[in-house]
Amino acid sequence: MKKFQRLISRAVPLPLENIDTDQIIPARFLKATTRENFGENLFRDWRYRADEQSREDFVLNNLNHTGEILLAGRNFGCGSSREHAAWALFDYGFRVVISSFFADIFKGNALNNGLLPVEISQGFLRELFHAVESDKSTLLCVDLEKETLQIAGTDRRESFSIDPYKKMCLLKGYDDIDFLISLKNKIESFEEKHPSFLSL
Amino acid sequence: MASSLFDKVWQAHLVERIPKGPEVLYIDRHFIHEVTSPQAFADLEKRGLPVFRKQKIIATADHNVPTENQHLIIQEPLSRKQVETLSENCKKHQIELFALGHEYQGIVHVIGPELGLTLPGMTIVCGDSHTSTHGAFGAIAFGIGTSQVAMAMASQCILQSKPKQMRIRIEGKLKKGVTPKDVILYLISKMGTDGATGHFVEYSGNVFQQMSMEGRMTVCNMSIEMGAKGGMIAPDDTTFSYIRGRKFAPKGMEWERALSYWKSIYTDVNARFHKENCFDALDIEPMITYGTHPGMGIKISENIPVNTEDENYKKSLNYMGFQQGESLIGKSIDYVFIGSCTNARIEDLRLVARIVKDKKKAENLQAMIVPGSQQVARQACEEGLDHIFQAAGFEFRQAGCSACLGMNEDKIPSEAYCVSTSNRNFEGRQGPGARTLLASPMVAAITAIEGKIVDVSRYIEKMDLFN
Ligand code: SF4
Repeated sequence: MKKFQRLISRAVPLPLENIDTDQIIPARFLKATTRENFGENLFRDWRYRADEQSREDFVLNNLNHTGEILLAGRNFGCGSSREHAAWALFDYGFRVVISSFFADIFKGNALNNGLLPVEISQGFLRELFHAVESDKSTLLCVDLEKETLQIAGTDRRESFSIDPYKKMCLLKGYDDIDFLISLKNKIESFEEKHPSFLSL
Repeated sequence: MASSLFDKVWQAHLVERIPKGPEVLYIDRHFIHEVTSPQAFADLEKRGLPVFRKQKIIATADHNVPTENQHLIIQEPLSRKQVETLSENCKKHQIELFALGHEYQGIVHVIGPELGLTLPGMTIVCGDSHTSTHGAFGAIAFGIGTSQVAMAMASQCILQSKPKQMRIRIEGKLKKGVTPKDVILYLISKMGTDGATGHFVEYSGNVFQQMSMEGRMTVCNMSIEMGAKGGMIAPDDTTFSYIRGRKFAPKGMEWERALSYWKSIYTDVNARFHKENCFDALDIEPMITYGTHPGMGIKISENIPVNTEDENYKKSLNYMGFQQGESLIGKSIDYVFIGSCTNARIEDLRLVARIVKDKKKAENLQAMIVPGSQQVARQACEEGLDHIFQAAGFEFRQAGCSACLGMNEDKIPSEAYCVSTSNRNFEGRQGPGARTLLASPMVAAITAIEGKIVDVSRYIEKMDLFN
């Protein structure tokens, strides 16, 4: 997994609520057996019309808005557990998603793939949308070590919180499998005491 | 200290606590399917790791399979490759696979329970959000991402912070014609799509006690649609008699031991929940959704709410082609889809058959009924339900996820209206541009006969279905 420590970037505003993973990556693009190239189909049906023409009014097609941060409305990533949603966002080039609320499975998937979900208050989120939409060159600064998000060059900041274990993994680029494998002996002795009818 | 059903099951699976971090939870049953497993197998291979406990993994092909001519080779090359990759991986790692054509193949959340692979007190994961279905048996069951699928394969454990707990209680008697699907659509409309985020839900109260296992599965299935990590219902005699004698269920002495354990995992009287919500059974009526998430549900007889301020809301209604404040009654419908892990069990099929028997579907729509598994399909045929469906003009297909998600060949065309018994009405869920209205199998069956949305309460009175 890629390390994440600090990021200063412009942000792409997508002020919709309840963006579900079927929108992030529609099911018909889940046929792949590898993790690569999902970025091409990120937000496919919002980015392109049925005839494959770009939809000019969608923010990813607006070259004025670029950056490695996606700014989205509350309850981002609800719906299907498909990790492909996190892969698609990462592959497209996003490293951070900011929202006032994340769906549970998406949040875990993002963290397992080096994509940082930053959860802030509804009020600060509104302020960020306003800042980014009124000045596209606005830079946001995400500092994982300090757990803060700041509008660069201003005193507007808010802290966010992240599970300390996950934070350590991201800062160091570790993932969970290495850790679980190291517990093999513990797991085996757990199994010895575990009721047999539960572990057919 | 008083503890809940959830606490008891969780505690029995705790391998290790990481200070200030998540907990290491042992997994009893890991279901996999073709869509979310290939990258996990690849991860393991890349690291040179074996599958740790292959006998605890059960695989099936469901999402990406055709529901016609399953004996033929899959036409679409990418789908074929995905399904073949699953077979190769299972063969290589000696994992039990119910492949296309196998007598036990079917939607992963339908086959687990019907084969007795899903048991009370278990921890169950699958790379699929509707794993919450298995909570109907009093198991802790939840969906995981592909990285976690790899973790579970490598260690039979996953890292998980203990979620908060919520209890949802419904007391009273359901009105005639109100089905478990209406109960859960009602709950989601009240709670919102993020009302239970971060929580594990226990459903309690006599409404759930009186429900069949199929009904409980329908309810637990859609827990995720209100943001819950999962949902569960305490196991009772209904649960035990459902499990007894199933293919992989414990037998003999094992059964006795299991039974006495299962009877010990109830929520204690004084157990505390982070949130409690109570609803009155009498307030629930047949439901339908009008928008683009499952929380946008109304009683069929109600009008679409007015909310002129909210841009999300306007966008959603615009997609659906509906107006604020209007009634859905009389709206012409193009497709009816009866299927999915929410409502494709034998009980659902029987109910539909009772409604459509000796009737014909309306000319203006296509009606599709897709059993959740080969076993459901076989049983339906044994009971002669297939003839009833065919005589009524329904297409009776082979087991799979089908039009629940626009992934396999079964899709709803752009802008067409589909009354569906599945669990998600997101934009494009049933195919690009498709417009989904979620409802119970009963409402779907009545819609198929009428060709439009009707006020089912009158219909129910007339039909005398629920004596
Ligand atoms: S039927 Fe639908 S919701 Fe259920 S597992 Fe298949 S795709 Fe997912």
